[in-house]
Amino acid sequence: MSIAPPYRYIGQSILRREGREKVTGASRYVDDNVIPDCLHGKTIRSTIAKGRIVDISFGEGIPWDEFIIATAKDLPRNVVVLIEQDQPALVEEFVQHKHEPILLLAHKDAGLLEDAARAITITYEEDKSAAFEIGEGSLQKEYLIEEGDIEKTFAECDVVFEEVYRTGAQEHVYIEPNGFVGWWDGDNIHLRGSHQCPYYVHKAVKTAFGLKDDRQVDILQETTGGAFGGKEDFPSTVAIHTALLARKAGRPVRMIYDRAEDMACSTKRHPSETRLRIGCTKDGKLKALDCDFRIDGGAYITLSPVVLSRGILHGSGPYKWEAARLVGKSYATNSPPYGAFRGFGAPQSLFAIESAMSALAEKLGMCPVEFRRKNFLKKGDVLPTGQALEGDPMLDAIVDKGLQMADYWNRAKKIAPIPNRGIGLSVFLHGTGFTGSGEVYLASRVALATRGDGKVEVRVSSTEMGQGTETIFPQIAAEVLGLEVDDVLFVKPQTSKVPNSGPTVASRTCSVVGRLVERAAHDLKGKLNGTPIADYHATHGETLGEAKYQAPPGLYWDDEKYRGSAYGAYSWGINIAEVTIDPVTMHPTVENFWGVYDIGTVINPTLAKGQVEGGIAQGIGWATCENVVLEEGAMINTHMTNYIIPTTMDAPPIMVDFIENPYEYGGFGSKGVGEIPMDGPGPAVLNAVSMALRRPLNKIPIIAEELLDD
Amino acid sequence: MNTRTNINTLKCLVPFTIAEALEMKAAHPDAFPIAGGTDVMVWMNDGKMPGRTYISLHRLAGEWRHVTGTSDGGISIGALANYTDVRMNPLVIERWPLLVESARVTGALQIQNRGTLVGNVANGSPAADTVPVLMVYDAVLVLANTKGERRVPLSDFYTGYRQTIMDGSELITAIELPHAALQPNQYFRKVGTREAQAISKVVCAGGSTPGGKQFRLAWGSVAPTTIRSFKTEETLANGADAEEAWEVLKTEISPISDIRSTAEYRLRVCRRILEEFIGHQSVS
Ligand SMILES: Cc1cc2nc3c(=O)[nH]c(=O)nc-3n(C[C@H](O)[C@H](O)[C@H](O)COP(=O)(O)OP(=O)(O)OC[C@H]3O[C@@H](n4cnc5c(N)ncnc54)[C@H](O)[C@@H]3O)c2cc1C
Repeated sequence: MSIAPPYRYIGQSILRREGREKVTGASRYVDDNVIPDCLHGKTIRSTIAKGRIVDISFGEGIPWDEFIIATAKDLPRNVVVLIEQDQPALVEEFVQHKHEPILLLAHKDAGLLEDAARAITITYEEDKSAAFEIGEGSLQKEYLIEEGDIEKTFAECDVVFEEVYRTGAQEHVYIEPNGFVGWWDGDNIHLRGSHQCPYYVHKAVKTAFGLKDDRQVDILQETTGGAFGGKEDFPSTVAIHTALLARKAGRPVRMIYDRAEDMACSTKRHPSETRLRIGCTKDGKLKALDCDFRIDGGAYITLSPVVLSRGILHGSGPYKWEAARLVGKSYATNSPPYGAFRGFGAPQSLFAIESAMSALAEKLGMCPVEFRRKNFLKKGDVLPTGQALEGDPMLDAIVDKGLQMADYWNRAKKIAPIPNRGIGLSVFLHGTGFTGSGEVYLASRVALATRGDGKVEVRVSSTEMGQGTETIFPQIAAEVLGLEVDDVLFVKPQTSKVPNSGPTVASRTCSVVGRLVERAAHDLKGKLNGTPIADYHATHGETLGEAKYQAPPGLYWDDEKYRGSAYGAYSWGINIAEVTIDPVTMHPTVENFWGVYDIGTVINPTLAKGQVEGGIAQGIGWATCENVVLEEGAMINTHMTNYIIPTTMDAPPIMVDFIENPYEYGGFGSKGVGEIPMDGPGPAVLNAVSMALRRPLNKIPIIAEELLDD
Repeated sequence: MNTRTNINTLKCLVPFTIAEALEMKAAHPDAFPIAGGTDVMVWMNDGKMPGRTYISLHRLAGEWRHVTGTSDGGISIGALANYTDVRMNPLVIERWPLLVESARVTGALQIQNRGTLVGNVANGSPAADTVPVLMVYDAVLVLANTKGERRVPLSDFYTGYRQTIMDGSELITAIELPHAALQPNQYFRKVGTREAQAISKVVCAGGSTPGGKQFRLAWGSVAPTTIRSFKTEETLANGADAEEAWEVLKTEISPISDIRSTAEYRLRVCRRILEEFIGHQSVS
């Protein structure tokens, strides 16, 4: 079963399917739904970080009898299910973080809703024991990965390097804030919204309303204006709220967040603190790694355990260690829960190891490139989890290409003597798909369906949120079926219409789900056996090509011991950043940026480059200007004017290239691409700034205020 | 987190002539004029706009959207002239280069096509980018009400944080700049956290007359209002070096820590800017 190159569509920059609609403004987002008789919904939130609700009073001058008011009591099961069931959809009595939802209001007049919100007074008995720093609150989850005799190996090292690295929270700033519209018909709920995982929302809504039958809940994904992980778990809460108000009102309800509300209460990237101890020989051979990786999980568990897990699984970088110990700890605080964000813990731990590698090279008096090269993983090398690398990481080739593109040696030589200028690099890896046995539990399914007009439909729950799902799946199916790419249609993900191909996360869409699309296409091709689709459809009716996830042979993971193959495949990359520091203001400017990646087969070069360039800009933002200012655990700079993301004026020229090293079990040989762009910019920029300032830094975002010490 | 203004309950008046506008303002001293709306709308979205009544000035563009030279070599910028109007004006480009520079880095194109300089002045934010420039050019504001007109130097306009000497009955009709008698090497420095769409953490404009007889230096985001540092100007004119000038400037500014930056940073950057400015002036 395989289609051999030369390919007709694979590797071609087929135009983005929904691109024209998006740039001409024709796309319809959730807020564009025009629904007769629809009420506006609004959430009333806590103003304290921890405490007990004593009283809720409804002030004068508001026609309260016209309002729909919903509380936790109205919900059959007051829970937002994800990994755990600790998070309520609405506070009953005890508040765990600022901006926690307490009450829901609905009214047909959106303006009056604002006045009503102002007229509600909630009295609390504040609990002063709130925790806001990593380590202050209780432990949510702990993981340990151990390989070799760590203390014995450290004792054999000539040099031991120690440092603590910190990263800040990061807001997704998807262009479209969260939102849902919903209505009931009888006992069935229909919800349409902006989200990336329709079946997560499905499960959460079904559970909260205690519904028996899957078919009672229908979740549709509207055109979604970006997500970056921010619409993985959070939309479940919005969906439950919308459904609750709609049920109580007996009418459709829309809940569309504005930017300030979205920024204040939705999830962010987990802040992290990584204590590293690294031992090596004096000629730069790495021997021992001791990594203590801690994240702030926020007030509820949400996705923190899996973020933590991915963090420590990437914390050893692309290097070979004689002995390694990686401990991960997620701490509860009274911040709004931190959640998924592109990279999912890996950018944080890779930031630590890659910043340390440059600082350690400096300490050894070695070149940061050669020091890394000496220690790169090679085919057959064993990772701290015991996984032996089956594929060749080709790190030397990736690094060579990156250095050549950047004209690194000449550039570094030229820059070195100039004050306030620096060049830095990072080398990194990113595991494709769910961690460990995750893909096996997900058991994703996809279907391709014939149509009477001779076309084929792709039915998946994998969503388009800017990365290119709608374009690449038709490319894959058309390649196998020998169809015109335009004759393969992408069905809008809706739980009543598409099978569960899993969530659109973890860099899994092209590689893992794409592989299922490829297999389903082969299944359909076998059934057709050469008969044109229209003819086959005329005689047999709608015919499906199907595929269900099967783990690649030999892939084994032990959840208890945290050993085995955490990922079937890894993508690899190098980043190089050139920076200038303004001597008056200490403002860092990234002047140029280079990236070379192995993401397996590149299915659509334009889309892949777009993913990478966007991720790099996002990574540069995280490293330089994106500073989430917290007050009692919650973000206070909730506007685009004071939460600073890079503009086109700030983004440097970004040069990107790929080395294609196909993965046998990924869609047409592809590996993950979505998250790896986020992994390298943090440390590459930090290393460049460290060089410019002639002192090692250990924290991002790099804030001019903190650099200025006369 | 704030709740939005309930815009359904607001009143918006739309005058078609200047006389009508002044009458409306006299009748509604608490009303807020709307020029480009780029400040008003942001405040409203944040539920922080106190006004219930607004006067939209957009029908007055015919009279008020001018940027015209005056007979004595100065220029008049009408109340509805936006940043683009100003920075594309050949006369402005020739004689008031800092106005071009500051307009270019205010917001980005969308804001520049919409926001007005008068709005920037009237809004009263100490971070306003064109205000230090206008101060350095000795700008005079033309204030009018139904009874008549008065002219007020911009450096006397602010009385405190977002407080001005303007009476509830008045509108600003124009900004007038006298002939700029400054050397060509004028100075502007905006310190933001990014290259565009940034609110200044510190903003400074400066210049000197030929031979360094007089200096002019104005600062934003380092005091409750934009300020002209008159005492520093004077010490510089008396030949002070950077060290001495800093000792004076220190007493004229009073930066605070806020969501965008820290008092400490602002102080240190002001000092560095002052040094850069002095170096810049002595080049020619
Ligand atoms: C995205 C964005 C970026 C921005 N970037 C910058 C920046 O970089 N630098 C900067 O300085 N500002 C910036 N601003 C703020 C704003 O754009 C400017 O202050 C602009 O000049 C305001 O002009 P306007 O015509 O839009 O004022 P409006 O919003 O219409 O009015 C502002 C204030 O002035 C009053 N007013 C208006 N006209 C008159 C009049 N004729 N008489 C009396 N009072 C009057 C109004 O009542 C109101 O109080 C930005 C705003 C946004 C939204």
